[in-house]
Amino acid sequence: MNERNSIIGRIDWVTLLIYLALVLIGWFSIFSARYNEAHPSIFDMSQVYGKQLIWIGAALLIGFIILLIDAKFFNAFSLWIYIAVLASLFMVLVYGKATKGATAWIDLGGGIKFQPSEFAKMATALAVAGYLDRLDVDLQKRKDQIVTAALILVPMALVLMQNDTGSAIVFVSFIFVLYREGFPGTGVAMTAGVVAIILFIFTLLWSQKIMYVILGGLFVLTLTFYLINKKKDIITMVAVFAFSFAFVFSVDYAFNKVLQTHQRNRILVMLGKLNDTKDVGYNVHQSKIAIGSGGLTGKGFLEGTQTKYDFVPEQHTDFIFCTIGEEAGFLGTSAVVLLYVALLLRIIILAERQRSTFSRVYGYAIAGIFFVHITINIGMTIGLMPVIGIPLPFLSYGGSSMLAFTMMLAIFMKQDANRLNVL
Amino acid sequence: MPNQEKTFTFVTHEKAMKTKSNNLSSRKLLIMGIFIAVGVVFIIKLFSLQVIDKHYKQLADNNALRFVTQYPARGKVFDRNGELLVFNEAVYDLMVIPKQTIIKDTLDPYYPFDTIGFCILLDIDKNSFIERMKKAKNESYMKPSPFMTQISKENYTHIAEVLYRYPGFYFQTRTVRHYPQAIAAHTLGDIGEISQSELDKDQEGYYKQGDYIGKSGIEKFYEKELRGVKGLKVMMVDVHNRVMGSFMDGELDKEPIAGKDIYLGMDAELQAYGERLMEGKIGSIVAVEPSTGQILAFVTSPTYDPNLLVGRERGKHYLELQKDPMKPLINRAISGTYPPGSTFKTVVGLIAMQSGTITPKTVFHCSGVASLPIKCTHSHGSSPDFANAIMNSCNPYFYESFKATINNPKFGNIKNGYQYWKNMTYKMGLGHKFNTDIPYERSGNIPSLEYYDRMYKGQWNSLTIRSLGIGQGEVLVTPLQLANIAAMIANEGYYYPPHLIKCFGDTTAIPEVMTTRIDPGIDKSYFKVMKAGLRTVFSGPAGTARRFELSDIPQCGKTGTAQNPHGNYHSNFIAFAPANDPKIALAVIIENGGYGATWAAPIASLMIEKYIRGYTVREELEKRIMEGRISYKNER
Repeated sequence: MNERNSIIGRIDWVTLLIYLALVLIGWFSIFSARYNEAHPSIFDMSQVYGKQLIWIGAALLIGFIILLIDAKFFNAFSLWIYIAVLASLFMVLVYGKATKGATAWIDLGGGIKFQPSEFAKMATALAVAGYLDRLDVDLQKRKDQIVTAALILVPMALVLMQNDTGSAIVFVSFIFVLYREGFPGTGVAMTAGVVAIILFIFTLLWSQKIMYVILGGLFVLTLTFYLINKKKDIITMVAVFAFSFAFVFSVDYAFNKVLQTHQRNRILVMLGKLNDTKDVGYNVHQSKIAIGSGGLTGKGFLEGTQTKYDFVPEQHTDFIFCTIGEEAGFLGTSAVVLLYVALLLRIIILAERQRSTFSRVYGYAIAGIFFVHITINIGMTIGLMPVIGIPLPFLSYGGSSMLAFTMMLAIFMKQDANRLNVL
Repeated sequence: MPNQEKTFTFVTHEKAMKTKSNNLSSRKLLIMGIFIAVGVVFIIKLFSLQVIDKHYKQLADNNALRFVTQYPARGKVFDRNGELLVFNEAVYDLMVIPKQTIIKDTLDPYYPFDTIGFCILLDIDKNSFIERMKKAKNESYMKPSPFMTQISKENYTHIAEVLYRYPGFYFQTRTVRHYPQAIAAHTLGDIGEISQSELDKDQEGYYKQGDYIGKSGIEKFYEKELRGVKGLKVMMVDVHNRVMGSFMDGELDKEPIAGKDIYLGMDAELQAYGERLMEGKIGSIVAVEPSTGQILAFVTSPTYDPNLLVGRERGKHYLELQKDPMKPLINRAISGTYPPGSTFKTVVGLIAMQSGTITPKTVFHCSGVASLPIKCTHSHGSSPDFANAIMNSCNPYFYESFKATINNPKFGNIKNGYQYWKNMTYKMGLGHKFNTDIPYERSGNIPSLEYYDRMYKGQWNSLTIRSLGIGQGEVLVTPLQLANIAAMIANEGYYYPPHLIKCFGDTTAIPEVMTTRIDPGIDKSYFKVMKAGLRTVFSGPAGTARRFELSDIPQCGKTGTAQNPHGNYHSNFIAFAPANDPKIALAVIIENGGYGATWAAPIASLMIEKYIRGYTVREELEKRIMEGRISYKNER
């Protein structure tokens, strides 16, 4: 029995089908979003939809090659891949091209540009998985915690230095895998993060004074509860409230001093505090119009007016979800959301059945990365998130993201197909 | 391979010892829960955005659909003989989409927007350019707004040739009214941009801001017929407002329906002639075709060129006309109310006969200039009969007739008598509007009983109000009403409410009110007597208009010389001809023109001659009238 064939035969077809479905939906959506009557063929290579087909082909090819490569390769070379990508991130800082305020591209010549930050996520996922797979690594040890954190934070910092906030935020997704692997404090951090976001939003929505009153009221209630029930960890509770007060106190300062103007405005638009349909809020307003006008069943393929006629900016890249919303309606958008949720859950299920730590950690890492991309991108198009320019996996136009996401998934599929061979 | 199973168990066990954190596998639940929760939140939000909230659908349409109004051609207006009076002329509005202009970047080598050249092209200065741009930007940055409106055809071709150099600018065609003959300005009326109050009154919501609407004359009255029905074209546009094509293959488009043409009863040649005769005089000529009530000539003087109230200078010209002390904008034929003077004796005489108060043979004593309380200036026998009294316009005869009528014992008391008299005048078309197709008509005045009761605190009698008998005092008529009296006498007893329209260009019937014959209920025989009397005004040896008798056209008429508070007498005349088969009936009023026979009678006679014969032979008279100027107190 040819071992390679048997491995390919053990590929998880659910994942593959979801992947192919998303890629096709993306391609047709790009075609519709940028439909040009002078070039009515979806295979027209002079148009973005023709180019996307090239990227899809390239991605499938690379994905296929990955499936043929020995599964151990990625674990063995994870550190080297990581180092190479870090190096390219440095190069971007030195030689990179600025697009929309972020310096994220390296021009490879011949019109092909390369965005290392797309690959940095994958490299980090491999590096973290490879590190945690080592027998002597224990996340309860201080040294190993520091190394793991550094593996994540260094590329994140480099991406941030490129002024590519969106991609940097994606690195926050590693909190999921760290939580799963028992990195101390991640559960608390996740909770604290959610609480902090809630406090942040409501402080901006209402005002510090109101938040003080609400927190004060909550504190008195909790304190009474603790005293009546004679709870012991009263100090922790007081500390939590103290931090909350301090956080609310610092929100205004952080908001006004740390964030850049355009970031501030995007958040204000999302919160509805800034009613602006022309300037900062234009994208989101138009995006919501496009999606909202789709109705239940949509206007039909190529029948949309909002994305095709350029009312929605970036309609084939970051705002590709609008085209689906407009032309396929609620049925289309909910189908895409369900596909994504299915993919994420499938990855988690697959990750849990892995025998090697490497495979499991890697699976959780890419699930987290996909999740953050999907949440931020779709959330942005429907006004639940501030505008952060990151692509929608498999759907958005773009070579780097198509290749990077496909490789990320293919590596995991390879690991999964190979799981029975892991000793 | 049964052995393998065992091996796996072993391996799995060993691996479990090696693999750390496996006891944390339940943590997947929280993570999966978060993934599902976010998916659910998105689907809920999408449902509310796409299915529940209908608001976005409309916003999308606002974005991408342009509803382009297709304006129908407004109906043309012709005279009774098919002569063109009003038609449409194309004008061009220069539109601008501020977003597409590249004026900021005059240094851009690819789009060197030559502001100076552009200003020269349009013949405007830099400030005007800046102001127009600012106005357009305030209106909308993305959508087109007018930059300069109503550019003439000559300028249009000139500008259009080079307009490609100026992105963001384009021409939109519109039509304006044009009047080839420059006559009958008041009758034809004008159109202008709809006002807020007119918009508020628009129940069916047909009009929108910036639309044109008939403001006066038949443009106003026949607005609905003339304007046609607007069409609609739904176009798809992109974010740059470029037209991308027709929406739904034009399924929602509506072709405009052109307005109806209108043929007026007016005779353009007669109208023009009347306007020439009236030059230098203030007053009015109204000529009616007795058999139909169609107005043949509707002259008010002074008048103006209707082309002045078209195009870009409309506002300026309108203001000038409004400031003119001679008030050329007033249509005196319907808005001027005058004491009818002796022309009113026809009305008084007819009612007196119909009421049985007098017969054609009745005589009243007249002492000429010594008559009391109203003297008579004419030379007739001391006891004129009806025909004689008409020919000589005997004052005492008619105020006695009037007195006798309202004092007629058959009415019981004077109030009943006066009410009968007033009702009769009403039936003859006086003291009220005809409400045909002439906007801004005035009622004139036949005083009511209540008025006299108030005025004289109930203490009045036939002597108090005797001046009504000779068309003075409170009685006021419009030239239109007076012309209708002439038409009624010409018809020997009935009339059709005078109106402007003859017919529509298609088979649409004209409003019924204009084709309904009105019969005031006066015996035909009295009209015959009246007609005979009016004939002697021209033919009789003492007829007040005997100088204007024509041998081949038997004319009938009655002079009037009306006292008024504004200076010299108003010169009035009513007439019709030919006597046995009247084709034209008319009234002429010349403000402060003196005796009726001085100006009004010759003008009426010339109008009759012009209409019946088609030309005039009395050149000297014509010349005197046309060149005649009357000086007015309010003239500067």
